[in-house]
Amino acid sequence: MAIGVTLGLLGALGAISKFRPVRFLVGAYLWIFRGTPVIVQIIFWYDATAELTNNRINLSSLVAGVLALGVNEGAYMTEIIRAGLISVDRGQLEAARSLGMPYGLAMRRIVIPQAIRVILPPTGNQFIGMLKTTSLLFTIAVPEIYATGVNLYSANFRYFEVLSVVSIWYLMLTSILTFAQRRLERHFGYDRVTVGRSGDGVLARMFGIGAGRGAR
Amino acid sequence: MALVEIRDVHKRFGEHEVLRGITLDIEAGEVVCLLGPSGSGKTTLLRCINHLEKIEGGTIRVDGELVGYRLTSKGALREETDRVIAARRAHIGMVFQRFNLFAHLDALANVCEAPVHVLGRSRAAARERGVQLLENVGLGAKLHAYPHELSGGQQQRVAIARALAMDPKLMLFDEPTSALDPELVGEVLETMKSLAAGGMTMIVVTHETGFAREVAHRVVMMDEGRVIEEAPPVQFFDAPAQPRTRAFLSKIL
Repeated sequence: MAIGVTLGLLGALGAISKFRPVRFLVGAYLWIFRGTPVIVQIIFWYDATAELTNNRINLSSLVAGVLALGVNEGAYMTEIIRAGLISVDRGQLEAARSLGMPYGLAMRRIVIPQAIRVILPPTGNQFIGMLKTTSLLFTIAVPEIYATGVNLYSANFRYFEVLSVVSIWYLMLTSILTFAQRRLERHFGYDRVTVGRSGDGVLARMFGIGAGRGAR
Repeated sequence: MALVEIRDVHKRFGEHEVLRGITLDIEAGEVVCLLGPSGSGKTTLLRCINHLEKIEGGTIRVDGELVGYRLTSKGALREETDRVIAARRAHIGMVFQRFNLFAHLDALANVCEAPVHVLGRSRAAARERGVQLLENVGLGAKLHAYPHELSGGQQQRVAIARALAMDPKLMLFDEPTSALDPELVGEVLETMKSLAAGGMTMIVVTHETGFAREVAHRVVMMDEGRVIEEAPPVQFFDAPAQPRTRAFLSKIL
């Protein structure tokens, strides 16, 4: 996910760059990594790299998996972050520049902090989607949750129990992410009352219902 | 030498030539109002002065320095690097029609942002100065209000304080009252008047003829990318020389 966000930030800055070759490069990146299925990319990283380099580069299944998901995620994050950046009024950048801020400083201090508010909700989606996509890594034998489940039920044929446990694990992990997302949104939602206040319970924070009536 | 020297400036947006050879001098301490119909190029000219717009021909010097360019040995203009441009802009204040306050920062943080991160002043010094500037524009009680909690007039006064915090040699105002409710115009004009009385060099694009008449040392009329008349306000408003100026004034007065 860190790879995804980093690539996404670089990609988005590249996409709004005034240098045509940089924009072209980002366009090609998006075209390839958004345009092909993740499972194809995963196997590409794992098996095709070894084949192409005559086994000189032989990624372990974990490294291949992390790279495949990170680079793929980066393509989607590029678009999410680009959407955030262009959502910030152009006048903000102009005001920053008129005060003598160089481009980088203006982006870092003025534009990006305001873009984050728009970037967060779809990023939450993206992270949760990604977490579940890790189940595809079972194809290259990464010992992740789903693969462990498959091993179990193919030994004992208790599909219901095993898959229930697997689902509960995913739910627990996605709940943590959802919770973190809400906290971050509250932190960056400087100009509106966001869903959930500090006094609210877990349910209120996750679903925006219950005690505090925090919803706008 | 004039503080601002504009020489034969040309600017086009695609096919449309917005500025067709502007030449204008502004002395230190002078208040100049730019008037003219929309599309006459007055806002574009203002934005060229701090290089928010590039120019295709001519030169603009502020305090003797070209703002966005350097002269090559062959005498051609080359655009400067981002850092050099930023450094030159730092002492040219600009106030926008739509305020453009930083929405994620409160009033005081808006004012302190550039002094700390561009001029490298200490937070304490910037803060002290910021509080003083906000008090000067009558907002001592709103230091920690966010832009969306302020009225348009208050936002514009914060924007003026924010520009002043950089100790500008020159202040550019781009229709500073055009986006305001009528009853809020006065408070912003008052702030600008006291700034003018303090000796600040100001170039103001405005439709406020009352302000131009009372405060400006010189009024410049632009039409179709050219300066067609410039005169002290009394002469400009009471006895304009150009028929085009007379026609324009009869429409807006």
